[in-house]
Amino acid sequence: MSAAALTQTRVSRGLAPGAGLAVGLLAATPAMAAGAVAPEFKWLTFLVFGLIIAATMFVTYLAARRVKSTAQFYAAGRSVTGIQNGWAIAGDYLSAASFLGIAGLISLYGYDGFMYSVGWLVAYITVLLLIAEPCRNIGKYTLGDILAFRNDPKKAKTVAAISTITVSIFYLTAQMVGGGVLVKTLIGIDYEVSVIAVGVLMLAYVVFGGMVATTWVQIIKAVLLVVASLLLVFFTWLPYGFSLPAFLQAVVADPGVQAQVSKLIGDTAAGMSTSELGQRFLEPGLYLKSPIDQISLGLALVLGTAGMPHILMRFFTVPTAKDARTSVLWAMAIIGGFYILTLFLGLGAAIHVGATKISSIDAGGNMAGPLLAQYIGGGADSMLGNLFLAFVAAVAFATIVAVVAGLVLASASAMSHDLWVGVIKGARATPAQEVRAARISSVIVGMVAIAIGILAKGQNVAHLVALAFAVAASSNLPAVLLTLYWKRCNTTGIVLGMTVGALSAIGLVMVSPNMTYPDAVRATNQPLVAAKQEAIANAERALIAVPESARATLAASIARLTGERDVAQAKLDAVAGQSTSLVGLKAPLIGLRNPGIISIPLGFLFVFLGSLFVRERRSLEKWEELYVRQNTGLHAEGASAH
Amino acid sequence: MSTNTSTNTDWERIHAHPKFTELHDRKSRFLWSLMAISVFYYFLLPIGAGYFPAWFAIKIWGPLNVGLLFALSQFLVAWGIAFVYARRANGEFDALAESLKREFQEVQS
Repeated sequence: MSAAALTQTRVSRGLAPGAGLAVGLLAATPAMAAGAVAPEFKWLTFLVFGLIIAATMFVTYLAARRVKSTAQFYAAGRSVTGIQNGWAIAGDYLSAASFLGIAGLISLYGYDGFMYSVGWLVAYITVLLLIAEPCRNIGKYTLGDILAFRNDPKKAKTVAAISTITVSIFYLTAQMVGGGVLVKTLIGIDYEVSVIAVGVLMLAYVVFGGMVATTWVQIIKAVLLVVASLLLVFFTWLPYGFSLPAFLQAVVADPGVQAQVSKLIGDTAAGMSTSELGQRFLEPGLYLKSPIDQISLGLALVLGTAGMPHILMRFFTVPTAKDARTSVLWAMAIIGGFYILTLFLGLGAAIHVGATKISSIDAGGNMAGPLLAQYIGGGADSMLGNLFLAFVAAVAFATIVAVVAGLVLASASAMSHDLWVGVIKGARATPAQEVRAARISSVIVGMVAIAIGILAKGQNVAHLVALAFAVAASSNLPAVLLTLYWKRCNTTGIVLGMTVGALSAIGLVMVSPNMTYPDAVRATNQPLVAAKQEAIANAERALIAVPESARATLAASIARLTGERDVAQAKLDAVAGQSTSLVGLKAPLIGLRNPGIISIPLGFLFVFLGSLFVRERRSLEKWEELYVRQNTGLHAEGASAH
Repeated sequence: MSTNTSTNTDWERIHAHPKFTELHDRKSRFLWSLMAISVFYYFLLPIGAGYFPAWFAIKIWGPLNVGLLFALSQFLVAWGIAFVYARRANGEFDALAESLKREFQEVQS
């Protein structure tokens, strides 16, 4: 493509202010609006997408014929095996952020990206040891059921439902926006169209197939994800004889990696040799600069995962507590194995694709995995390369749909089972009525998700995932844990603790550096736009002077500079006319990005205080029953015949 | 929540039963110590990377350094804890819970 044509495409696409999508981890530069897949190979992408969608739709069709009862809709009839549930948990958990995001962080920042992934696995120790089996033994369909066991059912279910919907909506928004950007970057269809496609597909699974279809979509997605990653890692590692030091040596010796490190550390790079620069990539500190923030995030992950309503729900799908245990073990094996693979994916992409190319397509590095796939298949011009890319892109798409389905099901269950049946109808609803209510709730939540996805276009939503975990860790986990293990815990305690935990987590984020502060945005981006503008002008002057043969590289660099300028300009335009953040602040009040280290202790503290101040008979009377049942599984909800 | 069967069960009697007390004592000691080990070991990673980066940079085997090995060891430790727990739960704890369940379900019927 000639320089003129490149500029033409960009102009004709009307890159009006705001078209540059700056979405934190998932930022796509407008220069790549055409997508990572070349137009002549697009049919291949659609073919692979079509096959995967057809497979999941077939599963949904089979599931829909089975889903008649509430136990089927919410809990797949409790007939999912431990191994199946382990795969489904992995499918529910490995979101696009971990699949694409962590590989991307490793490709751009080396060690820190890998370190980031560890907490996501360790989180399952809490789930395994403290949460999975007791919840299976005493729970029915939702977080609300667990909290209502020995507490005032209406109050407990109301607060549990609100918390479930809040956590799920935060997480959902991040997934919808991320998904829209991702699909747009990969295949170039419009952002709005991608968001609607994700939403409609997910609704089809949830509404018709309930938990049965959701489970199978998650299993299919997890299997595809693991197969794709194994293939990529096999071919990445093969040239080094599957030796770890040899592979790492290639990373250290790679000039692209060395250049990236020297760009990241700035002046300190001056006295370092090339091999020292390369080695620095395998040491901490290139991405994560604040240890206390790291610890705070770690705390939110380790405790928040066990409080995630869509994860809790998965334990109601197996017949016994022993199967719940088996499912966590399988999930840990799959999730852990997958995160180890991302080390190779990320470092492989750093060598073969290079940080410059990865971040030129997406500043957060999300395209590292897909681009590595393209390279391994033979490159951007080869059939096989584009087939690999299409496959990884389709897996990423399936990933988003599967995670979103789990989240929508969790919030819809909270709406129909906890709020409508539990609170409004006073537990008097026929199973048929309840299944209908659950389906209607799913449609409502799904529509809300699509609407938020479209409204949040171009917003920075990356911190919403961390916020979802922080709220789950500060609100749901203290309540669930203390209800299960502390005799004195009662309704006042959980209502107070959950409210304070959730509000403090949200409040702290509102005054943190995560929010957009217009003055700061202007201070960084105004000089940036000016600098890029000047560089573009220089390059355009040079374009006339250089011989024909050198024009292509120059044109490419103009396109890249224009893309970078537009991203910075879009950030400026987004804050035009504003002087304070969403909550009226000129600068953040606290330096902490992750609120967990403050809000989690607050959540626990207020469950304690509330429980100690008020005495409740029911909470005490039901303690022996709860404690015996959670430990033995006596009278646990069994598998339903269908 | 509680079905007819559950209200008929004498939960207080089971709760006070020596077998249940034994199950509870052994299980809680085991669970909370594993939990403590896991949390302690995990937080060594961000603390080490944040405050002792020079240690993490020490090379052990070619370019493979302490930091990478420590991060990889996190996976092994997490899997190890899960394995140790599952073995004991599948054997000892499940057997105790089963014998309790048999005893009390027979009494009822």
